[in-house]
Amino acid sequence: MKIHEFQAKELFRKAGVPVPRGGAAVSVEEAERVAAELGTFPVVVKAQIHAGGRGKGGGVKLAANAGEVKQLASSILGMTLVTHQTGPEGRLVKKLLVEEGLPIEKELYLSVLPDRGAAKIVFMASQAGGMDIEEVAAKTPEKLIKVFIDPLIGMKGYHANELAFGLNLEGDQVKRFTAMALKLYRLCVDLDCSLVEINPLILTKDGRVIALDAKINFDDNALYRHKDILEYRDFDEEDPFEVEASKYELNYIRMPGGNIGNMVNGAGLAMATMDVISQAGGAPANFLDVGGGASAEQVENGFRIILSDPSVKGVLINIFGGILRCDRLANGVVEAAKKVGIKVPVVIRMEGTNVEEGRKILDESGLNLITAKDVSDAAQKIAAIVKA
Amino acid sequence: MSVWVDRNTKLLVQGITGREGRFHTVNCKNYGTNVVAGVTPGKGGQDVEGIPVFNTVAGAVKETGANAAMVFVPPPFCADAILESIDAGLALIVAITEGIPVMDMLKVKNYLKNSQSRLIGPNCPGIITPGQCKIGIQPGHIHSPGHVGIVSRSGTLTYEAVHQIQQFGMGQSTVIGIGGDPVNGTSFIDCLSAFQADPETRAIIMVGEIGGSAEEEAADFVKNHVTKPVIGFIAGLTAPPGRRMGHAGAIISGSSGTASGKIDAMRQAGITVVENLGEMGAIAKKAFASVL
Repeated sequence: MKIHEFQAKELFRKAGVPVPRGGAAVSVEEAERVAAELGTFPVVVKAQIHAGGRGKGGGVKLAANAGEVKQLASSILGMTLVTHQTGPEGRLVKKLLVEEGLPIEKELYLSVLPDRGAAKIVFMASQAGGMDIEEVAAKTPEKLIKVFIDPLIGMKGYHANELAFGLNLEGDQVKRFTAMALKLYRLCVDLDCSLVEINPLILTKDGRVIALDAKINFDDNALYRHKDILEYRDFDEEDPFEVEASKYELNYIRMPGGNIGNMVNGAGLAMATMDVISQAGGAPANFLDVGGGASAEQVENGFRIILSDPSVKGVLINIFGGILRCDRLANGVVEAAKKVGIKVPVVIRMEGTNVEEGRKILDESGLNLITAKDVSDAAQKIAAIVKA
Repeated sequence: MSVWVDRNTKLLVQGITGREGRFHTVNCKNYGTNVVAGVTPGKGGQDVEGIPVFNTVAGAVKETGANAAMVFVPPPFCADAILESIDAGLALIVAITEGIPVMDMLKVKNYLKNSQSRLIGPNCPGIITPGQCKIGIQPGHIHSPGHVGIVSRSGTLTYEAVHQIQQFGMGQSTVIGIGGDPVNGTSFIDCLSAFQADPETRAIIMVGEIGGSAEEEAADFVKNHVTKPVIGFIAGLTAPPGRRMGHAGAIISGSSGTASGKIDAMRQAGITVVENLGEMGAIAKKAFASVL
């Protein structure tokens, strides 16, 4: 799960990680009030969307006085912000963060996250703050500092020192940085974060170490033990079809620009089915895994969500019946098709346990379902029908 | 011979009294797996289809001599259950459960390193040596004994691979689902290394997907240490970056973990790549002709 910068900064504040003074606003008036309360200029007006690259896209601006705050807030609120992470359709800005401007001496990069390969918690740091970390890793890998921490031992002082001295910090900066890094580690572990990123982390001219930006992603599998974090979920930032699918615990992802809906049991097979559709010259409209042990109800809900997408011109159902038998699945599909009503061609490929009985149910359903003999055949059939 | 499980495997099931645990335990038993015990804290003394239930893993091991565990415990308690089996000294632990937090698995993974146990999964279909032993939720009847070893990160995609090679008359030595989570117990390399050493296995199929770099590392291992023919498949060529594709581990981060990167790595290692899923059986037939 992703959250906004202002929410991440709230969590930083609670954890004792220094952030600029500021507050969120959903209207121009609120933005003016936050700026007035700060009692200082310049202030920074920042668009709040779940995507990076906001500055380059024109969503982060500096205001020198109250008039400029009003002007910037009204132009940024309601704008469609396009960044390298939003896709060409961009994202509508509905929230702002208004913060004090700070005298920056140096910008650094710092992140902490679980490293899947090493099975450790890793800190990454670089003196090239503000730059994309992938770019740093690719162009100047020697400038990227990595410190791995055994989760059974936890972060120790020497880990923090390695980072601080690696970043060439001096004097009080070292103490302030290491105290902050230890707090950041606790936050990452305690809140089950999949990423905590500060880019840039700044050193101010008066010697402070402050998180100028804040990004936190959470491990969805751990949200059951963080009910308070769930409160931060912003449905405005999610695709409405995906929000609907999440109500039924369906793994559904919408693919903008696609027109062939597909429903598959199992995540790997679902990805592979999208690939086969694409290889047959079609464009998958979604990813949908109804689960290795999908129930008739899951199949029905999945079917309904796929068909509610107006860009879907045809549907491919690919089911490998394992423990869940094909005859039961066929019944589920037929029931769902009757309830939901199908207005686009549907190709079904079914294999595995009780496949003959399953095919018979589909053939005798009286529904216009096209059966396929294997996965390639299914993809070619649906791609050809949709193209025609 | 076979890999990790055979007729001598004595299985205990953690979470045997739950709906899923009970259902799949019976399926494993019917397949021929020697299921000797179940464990559910507080339900010791009961039985499930004649299988005695114990309160603790240590108690079950002491009474029955179990040497492997299958874990169906729900996500909030699953890491705890795996740690219990590690402490009880079980040689093999197969965790089926999907949805264990990454932070929990990081601890389990690091604890495993100093133990005698091998963990397969979590979030996996299990392991099967056809005709001898099935630990997991796979449909046993689609398999048959033979000489192809299969290792995969996905459940139904593994069944698809088994089904397709069956169509061309090829059976399996051992089929291992290592699971779709970002942090898991057994890697591709562990399985490839075991297949290389196993005389029953003459050829290998490796099924990967987007996310992480396990396939790239495995390809490198194949290049340097595997002499048996290997074919590979990667799911997720059309997956958008930054999205979790069903499996917690199936996510492209920035430019790393892409399907095309993994396919390139496999090609460079001399692995025959299956580009279109529908052709896996036919490609296996051709690539394995000299050894089967």
